[in-house]
Amino acid sequence: MRKLFGYSKEILLVLLAIVFLSPIYIIFVNSFKDRQELYDNALSLPSSFSLQYYMEAMEKMNFLSAIANSLYVTILSVIIIVVLSSMTAWMLVRTGGKWSTIIFMTFIATMLIPFQTLMMPLMQFMSSITSNLNIPMYNTREGLIFMNVGFHASLSVFLYHGFIKSIPITLEEAATIDGASKFGVFWRIIFPMLKPITATVMILNVISIWNDFLLPSLTLIDVDLRTIPLSTFYFFGEFSIQWNLAMAGLTLTIIPVIIFYALAQKHIIKGIGEGAVK
Amino acid sequence: MASKNKKMWYALFTVPLLLIFITVVIIPFLIGIYYAFFEWDGIAANPKVFVGIENFTSLLQDERFLESAWITVLFTVLSVIAINIVGLAFALLVTSKLRTSNLARTMLFMPYLIGGLILGYIWQFVFLDVFSLFGEVTGLDQVFFNWLIDPQFAMYGLVFVFTWQMAGYVMIIYIAGLQGIPNEVVEASKIDGASPWQRFFRVTLPLLMPALTISLFLTLSSAFKIYDVNLSLTGGGPANSTEMFAMNIYNEIFGSGNYGLGQAKAIVFFFLVAAITLTQVYITKKREVEM
Repeated sequence: MRKLFGYSKEILLVLLAIVFLSPIYIIFVNSFKDRQELYDNALSLPSSFSLQYYMEAMEKMNFLSAIANSLYVTILSVIIIVVLSSMTAWMLVRTGGKWSTIIFMTFIATMLIPFQTLMMPLMQFMSSITSNLNIPMYNTREGLIFMNVGFHASLSVFLYHGFIKSIPITLEEAATIDGASKFGVFWRIIFPMLKPITATVMILNVISIWNDFLLPSLTLIDVDLRTIPLSTFYFFGEFSIQWNLAMAGLTLTIIPVIIFYALAQKHIIKGIGEGAVK
Repeated sequence: MASKNKKMWYALFTVPLLLIFITVVIIPFLIGIYYAFFEWDGIAANPKVFVGIENFTSLLQDERFLESAWITVLFTVLSVIAINIVGLAFALLVTSKLRTSNLARTMLFMPYLIGGLILGYIWQFVFLDVFSLFGEVTGLDQVFFNWLIDPQFAMYGLVFVFTWQMAGYVMIIYIAGLQGIPNEVVEASKIDGASPWQRFFRVTLPLLMPALTISLFLTLSSAFKIYDVNLSLTGGGPANSTEMFAMNIYNEIFGSGNYGLGQAKAIVFFFLVAAITLTQVYITKKREVEM
């Protein structure tokens, strides 16, 4: 009897999780249905798995170009964030002094600034850089990457800073006596030791940059520069009445997230936990 | 010589990031404060007129803004409560040593990874179709109907979807907190004859205060700043009834073209976010118990 009770608890837990994820099931099954079938019963399995709506949605969303843009922006932003913020955090911890404290405190304090407070002046400033200095900040993917780095610098420096403080300094001193340059010491000795926190920094930034809508919507104007959230937004603006097409589009946008989750599930959950607790 | 060398390395390591950070965050922040004292429609050729604190006084008479501030507060309170209760319940469930708990944890966390914009669209359909279907089948059409067309229920709809998004995230934080509680403490209270409720409220919960601080901080600030889900789920409607703070600012600046007034709102928004989150951290920090 006790065992039976135990099993039912197991099953209940999985049932709860399934009910919790039912919206994803709903958009998935309806992405195969035609209009009539969709209105008859939105919960049933489709009568056939035709990819017709997927092909159509892919074309209308410009999906392949959107995914290429999202990958380009996310990967480059995250690499630059990891490189620059780990270097900065290491210098701030190891040098100490008044300046390091001021810089670190500024990073922390700005974490409280909401994006809406910065968006308009940022756009003004970026377009004035574009027109006055001829540096293409506005309406380019590289400009967006630049801004992503700026916005994610605070949290990343903060996370690295906390981790580096816990590493004993003796190792570095030995290497410095050996005559290695600061650059060599950092990349050959320190950076490999930062692996766990680098994973956390990467995961937090990937999630935030991949899903970001507002910043890219303000900076990217050209249609062929759109990232996934942007193309989903414009796609919905045009086709919101055609739900089966919309479902196929939504399923497409979730697939990369599921792949990412399946590949790095353990790291993601661990990284989120550590990122929050710090 | 040595000191000069040291300074050079310091600059080489920190200046690239600082330059980007100053360009993207610090300078726009300062320009933003400046803009808040001007009247301007955003068109470069048109003059910016200095109006002093007029933008700040007139936003206090802006009814749509005050209404939006009020529903943002309401939304924040409801979501913070809902997210933390559901998240904590999930955490207690998946740490109860069941074989399926790892699978459940993986599944419950999933919505957090899907961006707010896409979640909103998914739920638009669920409310439109599945909720109505539920209402028809069960006869409870007072409860199950398309929430998004009713001003009051549209707000609950936002709370509902936001809870769905954030519960798994908060769950992860509580799991870390629960795993940090030594087993002996819980066992000792069991031997002393504490009931499960007493154990939870007198032992587990006080020891979870650090996790609660973090998760309140994160949910409070993200609920107060909500934009993406708001945009895709309700778009602020019906009839501006769910236009949250962030969306009101966006609409004032880029919709109505009142750059100065909108920026004044954005500055007020910053001070509110800072004040609320700092106060919350201060209060809950004081209540954490030392182990």
